[in-house]
Amino acid sequence: MERAIGGIAAIKGQPDKEVLIQKLQNEVYALQRNKKVQSVITEVELGPIIHAFPKNIFPVGAIHEFISYEATHAAATTGFMMGLSAQLMQTQGNCLWVSTNRILFPSALKHFGINASRIIFIDLTKPKDVLWAVEEALKCSSLSLVIGEVSDISFNDSRRLQLAVEQSNVTGLLHRFNPRMQNTLASVAKWKVMPVASSLAEELPGVGFSRWRVELLKVRNGKPDVWEVEWSENSYQFITTQTIGQRISKRKTA
Amino acid sequence: MQKRFVSIWFRHLLTDWFTRRRPELRDVPFVFAAPERGRMIIKAVNPVAAANGIHIGMVVADSRAILPEVQVFNSQQGKDITLLSALAEWCIRYAPIVAIDPPDGLILDVSGCAHLWGGERPYLRDMVTRLSAFGYQVRPGMADTVGCAWAIARFGRLKLIVDAGGQVEALQHLPPVALRLENGIAEKLEKLGLTEIGSFMNMPRAALRRRFTDNLLLRLDQALGQGIEYVQPIKPVEPYQERLPSLEPIKTAPGIEHALRTLMEKLCKRLSTEEKGLRKAVFKCYRIDGNIQAIDIGTARPSRNVVHLLKLFEIKICQIKPALGIELFVLEAPVVEILSSSQDAIWNFSYNREMEIAELLDRIAVKVGMNTIHRYLPDEHHWPERSYKLATSLQEEASTTWRDDLPRPVHLLPNPELIEVTVAMPDYPPMLFKYKGNLHRVQKADGPERIEQEWWIEQGLYRDYYCIEDDKGERYWIFRLGHYQHAEPKWFIHGFFA
Repeated sequence: MERAIGGIAAIKGQPDKEVLIQKLQNEVYALQRNKKVQSVITEVELGPIIHAFPKNIFPVGAIHEFISYEATHAAATTGFMMGLSAQLMQTQGNCLWVSTNRILFPSALKHFGINASRIIFIDLTKPKDVLWAVEEALKCSSLSLVIGEVSDISFNDSRRLQLAVEQSNVTGLLHRFNPRMQNTLASVAKWKVMPVASSLAEELPGVGFSRWRVELLKVRNGKPDVWEVEWSENSYQFITTQTIGQRISKRKTA
Repeated sequence: MQKRFVSIWFRHLLTDWFTRRRPELRDVPFVFAAPERGRMIIKAVNPVAAANGIHIGMVVADSRAILPEVQVFNSQQGKDITLLSALAEWCIRYAPIVAIDPPDGLILDVSGCAHLWGGERPYLRDMVTRLSAFGYQVRPGMADTVGCAWAIARFGRLKLIVDAGGQVEALQHLPPVALRLENGIAEKLEKLGLTEIGSFMNMPRAALRRRFTDNLLLRLDQALGQGIEYVQPIKPVEPYQERLPSLEPIKTAPGIEHALRTLMEKLCKRLSTEEKGLRKAVFKCYRIDGNIQAIDIGTARPSRNVVHLLKLFEIKICQIKPALGIELFVLEAPVVEILSSSQDAIWNFSYNREMEIAELLDRIAVKVGMNTIHRYLPDEHHWPERSYKLATSLQEEASTTWRDDLPRPVHLLPNPELIEVTVAMPDYPPMLFKYKGNLHRVQKADGPERIEQEWWIEQGLYRDYYCIEDDKGERYWIFRLGHYQHAEPKWFIHGFFA
């Protein structure tokens, strides 16, 4: 209480309010995340998406949930996740990929700037083992990233994962393909990625770069939104700053 | 020194063992049988069945004709060897050198052992009494040579102990079979009327060799003590234990650490030669005042990594109270498991970061098995299924780089799935295709990218791959197998692009 009054007094006394407000926000943010703000935060280039997150910082050391219902949507989701992973793994980090019935093609990952040799795959048969392995992996602070492909996960299980990452600061990406229940998870963000028709310059034949409609369905302390993203030249390219609604009406029908 | 050997003959090894396990079969005739050329042949007979005229080598059906109530059990391959090995290990109490003599005997080199039991007679009596108490019918034979002891155990009539140098006399009246001859030689001898060893023992060697081969002479020499015979002693498993006595009592922590490191290195060296790893280790310090200080560790999986194990011990070293000093250090591994060298490779990390990952993988491997952990390296093949290979260890480096010059789908189906297509022209991508009952209209397409089957690995048709995008913006990787020559080629879906 004393500190807060001190803060207000300082605001009144000093003209540079911005700095103080920033400082207070940092404190609030640190309390909300239940840990210290990391001095070194992995910079994740996400263009306009970054504005959806609190403080315009992509939350690392948290659980992100991805949801998909069709095989092609799952592939698009994997593509988007790989773009994120490349940045989270950077040059040195290792990634653990825990899944059942994995169909990821390691040879395709170079396209997203990932050296597939730095991913360790754990291929399990029981979904229960996947949860266990993801939790164990999230506790290991030497990993940069843990990707879990698990369809059904209860809220309590996701809480366990969240507690694990709070200790270790590892980022966890959960890909839920065709879940039986659309239950809420204790994740920092919930994403849905769907493929969108690609486009090349006028009159050019062939398939263009991967293009997705990325929906941020839920984000803690942030603003959910929808974007259209293309993966080209090893980074995300944002199609437009206009809202999708406007874009759809403008788009020519094929 | 005068050599003395004991041969122990287990008359009904397998059946005695079985009766020991199932005492209700003591007075029941039963046999062990195994299929041989489409018939069930008797492999072992218990005394009750033997008394009724059933013998080894008889067909089960015949034995049933003789004795309808005979019980038949399946004989287990190699059971006799395991039984004999166990008995041989037990017999080490009688002599340091014990060898198994399949199918039903043991050989003990008892030179200089019998006097500890008060002479050869009490020695043999003790042996027979104890083995009989277990339920085994045994007959021992003792002589200067293995051959003679063997013959006396099985064919001796009066004396079971042959005095030193008395082989000739002892063997004189035994049949030729008692010489452990190769197939057919004994029969040949019997046919010629040489029914006792004594009748041909003194014949000219050249004549014997010509008619009965070297085997007879060799066995005769071995039995009489003129030839050398080696026995292959069993090696009982030594406990995994290392000892380090110290000249001066050790009192300091660095001293204890040094002792522990020395012992651990020795133990791990032994473990690595035997492809084993320890699961539990106990470090005992014998103090000069007679007190024993012990610390122990356990690992989640077998390990023989000195650094890792010392790290586990490090935390507990402070618990040791050296008091006036420690005069003897002992490191024991009470629980040891098989650890192959490929698993061991995972530990060879120099970095702490990778160490932690290795420990994590260690825990995962313990819970769900080593075969669930995969890591891939690029391989120089165009064929998609062969474009990557499994890495053998975590630190294996790729000899080539991953490629990104050609479009490859993020999701690749393990088996390409058949689709129905409508194609306007050959070598063109399809206009429509049907996958899992859904119709997809192709809007955009790239291709074909022809990938030939590698004939030196596998024979088969080439694939023409197309990247296509349908009206919903979903991107697929499909291919046509082979060419349009005789019949319509088949189309498959192989992957999904992001």
